[in-house]
Amino acid sequence: MVSAPIDDRFLALPRHELADAALARASQLGARHADFRLELLRHQALRLHDGRLESSSEGETSGFAVRVVVDGSWGFAAGVELTTAEAARVAAQAVEVARVSRAINSEPVELADEAVYQNATWVSSYELNPFDVPDADKEERLREWSARLLAADGISHVDAHLLSVQENKFYADLVGTTTVQQRVRVAPELTVLWVDPDGGGFDTMRTLGPAAGRGYEYLDGAGWDWDRELEELPSLLLEKSRAPSVEPGTYDLVVDPSNLWLTIHESIGHATELDRALGYEANYAGTSFATFDRLGSLRYGSAVMHVTGDRTTEHGLATIGYDDDGVATQEWDLVRDGVLVGYQLDRRMAALKDLGRSNGCAFADAPYHFPIQRMANVSLQPAPGGPSVEELIGGVERGIYVLGDKSWSIDMQRYNFQFTGQRFYRIRNGRLDGMLRDVAYQATTTDFWGSMEAVGGPETYVLGGSFTCGKGQPGQGAPVSHGSPTALFRGVRILNTVKEAGR
Amino acid sequence: MTTPQELVERALDYSRTDACVVLAQEASTANLRWANNTLTTNGVARTRDLTVIAVVHGPEGSSAGVVTRSGVTLDGVEDTVRAAEARAMSLPPSEDAAPLLAGDPAAGFNEPPADTSIQVFSSLAPSLGELFEAASAAGRILYGYAEHDVTTTYLGTSDGLRLRHAQPTGKIELTGRSTDGTRSAWTGRSTRDFTDVDAHALEAAVVQRLEWSKRRIELPAGRYETILPPSAVGDLMTYLYWTAVALDAYEGRTVFSRPGGGTRTGERLTDVRVNLRSDPTLPGLECAPFLATGASSRHASVFDNGLRIGPTDWVRDGLLTALVQTRHSARVTGLEPTPFVDNLVLEGPDGERGIDDMVAATRQGLLLTCLWYIREVDPQTLLLTGLTRDGVFKVEDGEVVGVVNNFRFNESPVDLLARLAEIGRAEPALPREFGDYFSRCAMPPIRVGDFNMSSVSQAS
Repeated sequence: MVSAPIDDRFLALPRHELADAALARASQLGARHADFRLELLRHQALRLHDGRLESSSEGETSGFAVRVVVDGSWGFAAGVELTTAEAARVAAQAVEVARVSRAINSEPVELADEAVYQNATWVSSYELNPFDVPDADKEERLREWSARLLAADGISHVDAHLLSVQENKFYADLVGTTTVQQRVRVAPELTVLWVDPDGGGFDTMRTLGPAAGRGYEYLDGAGWDWDRELEELPSLLLEKSRAPSVEPGTYDLVVDPSNLWLTIHESIGHATELDRALGYEANYAGTSFATFDRLGSLRYGSAVMHVTGDRTTEHGLATIGYDDDGVATQEWDLVRDGVLVGYQLDRRMAALKDLGRSNGCAFADAPYHFPIQRMANVSLQPAPGGPSVEELIGGVERGIYVLGDKSWSIDMQRYNFQFTGQRFYRIRNGRLDGMLRDVAYQATTTDFWGSMEAVGGPETYVLGGSFTCGKGQPGQGAPVSHGSPTALFRGVRILNTVKEAGR
Repeated sequence: MTTPQELVERALDYSRTDACVVLAQEASTANLRWANNTLTTNGVARTRDLTVIAVVHGPEGSSAGVVTRSGVTLDGVEDTVRAAEARAMSLPPSEDAAPLLAGDPAAGFNEPPADTSIQVFSSLAPSLGELFEAASAAGRILYGYAEHDVTTTYLGTSDGLRLRHAQPTGKIELTGRSTDGTRSAWTGRSTRDFTDVDAHALEAAVVQRLEWSKRRIELPAGRYETILPPSAVGDLMTYLYWTAVALDAYEGRTVFSRPGGGTRTGERLTDVRVNLRSDPTLPGLECAPFLATGASSRHASVFDNGLRIGPTDWVRDGLLTALVQTRHSARVTGLEPTPFVDNLVLEGPDGERGIDDMVAATRQGLLLTCLWYIREVDPQTLLLTGLTRDGVFKVEDGEVVGVVNNFRFNESPVDLLARLAEIGRAEPALPREFGDYFSRCAMPPIRVGDFNMSSVSQAS
């Protein structure tokens, strides 16, 4: 699905010469496995406040890394100077790091087998590269959007930003795989602020349009109706500001994909990362209640729960052709009929746990970082012929309809979570009955997914996502998408956030 | 190889716009990561970033074009400057525009970059080997991370200012778990150079907590008398500090906004005579005495690059005395231009007791280890949620008697300042969650009479 050419500036870098120099030196010094990765990352951030330019910056990160396995130990080193002498020096440094590490490594590194891909090229699906759009056009777009919101009654301030990324990766290893890849992504976001002129508080609401693996055409309406969302946003905020505060208790929830994607991310996406289940993140991101011994038996949720992992969905933020282990990407089941049936893997863990081929989740966010297992697009599948949003709401006597993500927090084993949102509507006898405010929902992962009575049909399905999932030490950020239908949950604990603050 | 000073001078030479700021940053880093009693990943890396901020004055104000590129050699400098200039010409005036800072080259500007290497762990690595062996024999599993980073910043402006700052930043964390996964303990500390790190002492702290955890007591959600150790206080105060932004407060969108307009600067936050302050010269917590930023935000402005950073009291004797400012926000709010400082200290009026003394003086209460996954729930009160992690201990009659289940908490750090039952002695602390971004702080252990544990977490 090549849709655009690879950036000439990246292709102009001496990738093969550098790779050859690094891999030859590593091999000569005794590396059994060696890979070379060259990257060029472009980032752009544009921020406007009340239609005026608050910040604009553009960054470019280039560099390379050499990763080796020597006597069963990893060694990793990175450099920025793109000369063959430096590539060879960094390769030797990686070997030295492996030798220093060997003394305290008791778990020899083996890698799962993978086919060889020679001269493979992959480009993400987009029409207009955001870096081909003049800065002034982007600024003008955000200014015009901000002006529409500022013109609405009751809006005190408007924040707008647009983040754009272009990622180029070249990978080569000792067995002969060489891949060249390019992907772009954009994240536009606008937030409106209402401040009570009488000193009675303030509130915000932001657009629900997700970060996406798309080009600048996304801002023109490909995949999201920005005009409609901007039209509705101010009145929705004012309605929320006048809404009654929620009565804490137990409610049925109908959750929109704009909120549920993040709950999927935290309570399923991270919990089915095998490195967490095996303890590699115990000191940092945490472990997982979904331990390896429960693969195939853990009852994760109700029978309507079908969750997949993939790095292949069009416009998915984790989507790519080949991962940073040189593995071709795939789609697989994580939870089927409510039972845990899979994990997210890299080549080392696939071999360690005898799971066959890796499913391609190795990723490094920068040339100077070690690739670790990162999240695939983890998505809750809709029910073919399943209910509409109205039908789901129609099945609720006393409940809350939740839209948009906001605050999120989950414990170190992914049991206990608490989420808020952008908008909450009271459901009474199968119908929406005005907004509520100060709502948070709190649950334990398996209880929550066990209480999922129905998932909506394919027409309710939306791909949400984020640029900035954090994991690992040193910390690395990764982009990831999560598809979700609207879904119905029975008997969830609702808190009032004002009462929680002791007011 | 080109020096960072040459990059700065060359870029300023190429500059054709009305004014220009150049930042060259040279960083080296080394890290070790371990899990399951073995080393897992490691690495060394060296990076070099060049940021050019081109400024164009126009009838309606000044525009800034900012471009940052890594790995730039002398050949690539002109292209970086032209890219920044093209951005400056195409963009409208910046809201935060201000005249660039002028001055003379500071002493030390010509010093070479400081650096680090994997050798910084030359005494730590063998100690870890010993600890892994001992842990395997004793039925414990160790996990952790050590990182050392040295970043040297060179700053030049077209008005003659030349500044250099070398910043070492390091930390080590150690988690220990029982082999059956039911007990977990953590400790961590920051360091400038690892010469003061004793891995065996860190392990002893972890082992003590694992021993305490052998007796397990289930407690329901509720409000408990709680002792928060310096790491936990560090995370809460870091969040408060990050939120104490003048412009946000002025616009009415934070807990530091005065209802009806303006900021709460000058108001009493708490009757407790507590100080929250920063100072670039604090021994052991030294940080940059001038501002250097490659992007404008509400915390910092690219126009303020080189601005002197001095000692700042954010809260003094319980009064809110300053908020984080740019020169632009200081003009808007009519307050002093107090820029963000990269360290933070919380102190109480007495501050003599350490955490062990506070435990000894507790009849009935909880002792935390650290906090995790802290997120804002309600900006009006700065209500934060999060979890206790790696050991909540029950204290009875001055002694730890066992481990309690973890909890989700909902609390506001601003509210906590008003409910402090005791403030102990401030000591260097590594915030467990935010230490990746903010590791230079000195925090006291604190006692809160009624900490809000909102629900039970099964995590252990």
